[in-house]
Amino acid sequence: MKTLPLQGPGLDDDDLDEPQFHHAASTRNACKLCTPLGACLAFRGIEGCIPFLHGSQGCSTYIRRYLISHFREPIDIAASNFSEESAIFGGKSNFEAGIANVVKGYKPQMIGVATTCLSETIGEDMKRLFHEYLSKHWEEGHPEMVHVSTPSYTGTHIDGFHAAVRSVAQALAVGGERTRRVNLFPGMVSAADLRHLKEILRDFGLAYTLLPDYSESMDGPSWAEYQKLPEGGTPLDAIRALGSSQVSITFGRTLAGKAGAADDLEKKFSIPHRPLGLPIGIRESDAFFQLLETLSGRTTPRAHAQERGRFIDAMIDGHKYIAGKKAVLYGEEDMVIGLASFLCEIGVEPVVVASGGRSGALIASLRAAVPELPAACQVLSGVDFTDITDAATEAKPDFLLGNSKGYSLARKLKIPLVRVGFPIHDRVGAQRIVHLGYRGAQHLFDAVVNTLMEHKQENSHVGYSYL
Amino acid sequence: MEILPDRQKQVRQTGANPGQDSAAPIACDKHSAAGSVSQRACVFCGSRVVLYPIADALHLVHGPIGCAAYTWDIRGALSSGPQLHRNSFSTDLREMDVIYGGEKKLYHALIELIDAHQPEAAFVYSTCIVGVIGDDVAAVCKKVTAEKGIPVLPVASEGFKGTKKDGYRAACEAVYRLVGTGSTEDVGPHSINILGDFNLAGETWIIRDYYKRMGIDVVACITGDARIADIRRAHGAKLNLVQCSGSMTALGKKMEADYGIPQKRVSYFGIEDMAAALYEAARFFPDDPTILERAEDLVREEVEAITPQLREYRRRLEGRKAAIYVGGAFKAFSLVRALKLLGMQTAVVGSQTGGPEDYVKLQEICDPGTIVVDDSNPLELAQFCLEADVDLFIGGVKERPIAYKLGIAFCDHNHERKEPLAGFVGMLNFAREVCNSVNSPVWQFAPRKRRKAVPAQHQEIAV
Repeated sequence: MKTLPLQGPGLDDDDLDEPQFHHAASTRNACKLCTPLGACLAFRGIEGCIPFLHGSQGCSTYIRRYLISHFREPIDIAASNFSEESAIFGGKSNFEAGIANVVKGYKPQMIGVATTCLSETIGEDMKRLFHEYLSKHWEEGHPEMVHVSTPSYTGTHIDGFHAAVRSVAQALAVGGERTRRVNLFPGMVSAADLRHLKEILRDFGLAYTLLPDYSESMDGPSWAEYQKLPEGGTPLDAIRALGSSQVSITFGRTLAGKAGAADDLEKKFSIPHRPLGLPIGIRESDAFFQLLETLSGRTTPRAHAQERGRFIDAMIDGHKYIAGKKAVLYGEEDMVIGLASFLCEIGVEPVVVASGGRSGALIASLRAAVPELPAACQVLSGVDFTDITDAATEAKPDFLLGNSKGYSLARKLKIPLVRVGFPIHDRVGAQRIVHLGYRGAQHLFDAVVNTLMEHKQENSHVGYSYL
Repeated sequence: MEILPDRQKQVRQTGANPGQDSAAPIACDKHSAAGSVSQRACVFCGSRVVLYPIADALHLVHGPIGCAAYTWDIRGALSSGPQLHRNSFSTDLREMDVIYGGEKKLYHALIELIDAHQPEAAFVYSTCIVGVIGDDVAAVCKKVTAEKGIPVLPVASEGFKGTKKDGYRAACEAVYRLVGTGSTEDVGPHSINILGDFNLAGETWIIRDYYKRMGIDVVACITGDARIADIRRAHGAKLNLVQCSGSMTALGKKMEADYGIPQKRVSYFGIEDMAAALYEAARFFPDDPTILERAEDLVREEVEAITPQLREYRRRLEGRKAAIYVGGAFKAFSLVRALKLLGMQTAVVGSQTGGPEDYVKLQEICDPGTIVVDDSNPLELAQFCLEADVDLFIGGVKERPIAYKLGIAFCDHNHERKEPLAGFVGMLNFAREVCNSVNSPVWQFAPRKRRKAVPAQHQEIAV
């Protein structure tokens, strides 16, 4: 579609090094979500923690609905349910009544309070609200309360996610005698990814704090008893222990240079920070396993070395089916960097790499992670699905790789979509997709190759039964 | 039962305190208790959900990205033509817009989107933040209306300014500005509007076809598969049939006051209510008795066609217990009756937006001991389901995982559904869906059900 040139102030607030790829005044079918969603998910990855949105009720309901449709698990998110009076006079009474009701109803260990665009805009003083509430209600055993600022007019759901993790670490981590514990901040990955990461750390014999960890709370078994807050999540004691660990690892290349939980821990407790890319594909996974070898003083356990070996074997077996194929990939910035790296390893050419995020670091981080990425590949940040549709229509890819929101584009281009990441609203099992490590690479490889084989089969007149 | 003190007046068990049921009606129409994890959404949601199906209009959400992103292609509201409504358009306000105001961005967004998509009208939804930063949305809409020559209608749907019901009202007000602006020349004498059906999974098409077979013209469906041109001439119809009473009553009332068009509340769920809706319309046109005759024939044919299969479903569902938690109370009435037809008993029933009279009626039509609840939440719903030991839950996306986690069958009766549940054929679909879920073999493995099934003396071994 035709778009207007940018005019006047207020069309773009960022002052970033990266060029602008989105030239419309409006956002049309966004490739991002709002910050509170990320914060809510991160909070549900903490044991006994209930997310609490200080703002309107709709935010909580919409975010619940969105997350439920992906995880197919219950997620309760409380809200202070602003009324007109709260918007004018402040939300103090709603906040206090809301927290009291949540404490009574859910008996949580922690309440993760995120402020929405509404409460941020009217300038709620959360420090004061916390102080006033706790001075009246604090008693032994009162749940921890942590605030994160997540106005939805800045950043995306990923920023809300990282901000919540940072706030929790800031609020709860305490120093102490240095242990061999490893802090791992994995970012917004699937429940199966989190389980796999824990398995890897355990196999290396490393004690760890994985923050957050919704591998069980957002992907649990069927219940024998009703659980007000589904079991699982990073234990609060493990979060407190963040301050005495030997190292912090953060996944996400675009996060470098931005203050995150690990940077705070480095500053405050002198815990070294080892930032890595999301371990997607063989090279980024190797970097992670090598670091674990160094930290543990052990070689990669046989089971994982075998997984790596089998993946390479599978790549060889399947490489001709996908040789020279072109892909358009989209999603969160760090996710697409990992996926682009993986695709280049298996011989698929990324022709468009797009994200709704605008960290300002996508292009540089991607080119650094994937030096062989063809110069002709379009790297687009801050774009919406209309931009992606325009770029993809021109690039003529063989398939799409990304979340389910690209389905209408895939349908339009009559090409398959390999579903990864978040959200996946039109398939079951989204929470069980492994993206990370050698196992993740294997899964992604099989999915890509089989999808293209199926596409070929379905579009052939011959009806091949051997491929 | 463990219920927050703020909420106790919104829950009632029928027959539990005899004689008091009507004396102290259920409290409702209240702002949700803070911290209660209400299943309701907000004013914006109410407006968005009602206007969403208007397929040839541009729907622009003025605010930060969330509200638009969460409502992208969210409803199963089908269109027989344009698909513009299935997009998500947002002004995606940023920090600088919040500081300096978003009017300019709104203006540019409208112009570029109208140029790109050539809609017949545009709706501009205000979100929370717009109500706080004070953008003059109406002024921008007026300017764009003048420049582009299509109606650009502001929808006052700031999330915090009331409840979902206030959002319905705001939507009706926006729609009402279109009514009366088109020609009614070719509208026939036996004509109706269908209000409050949203063509989920093609339901409006089913209903429309029934009326057509009876010899009644449908002028406008508001808003299922709606077109702006139809809404403009809706005032030519002789009768408004209003379903989903909560969302469209305001529009019906306005049309009654200004154009003298009477309105009748109907429901298209279940055999009884569906038939009643057809007879209601037929009796409104006594000048042509063949309409009623055709209606009777239609009902007979349709019921005969589904009866053998319904009987089979009933055989497999008889005696089972259900919980219902839906948006509007009128839908709940129909569901209680439809379940009765299948030999099932409603043990728990509630709604997000029911009014005082609705709850009185619900208490009347349910068996003694039924829990009736307004604006419930996951903790309560789970408790009610466990205490009543229901076999089925009828609700929406947010209720589904509660049921499933507890090993309870589920029927999707929300705006995402892909199977039509309205009309006679819809009753059959409903029965099939309920029967398939309730009688699925998977429940035998669900831990909660399994434990219950194991006789006490065997429990230790089983564990």
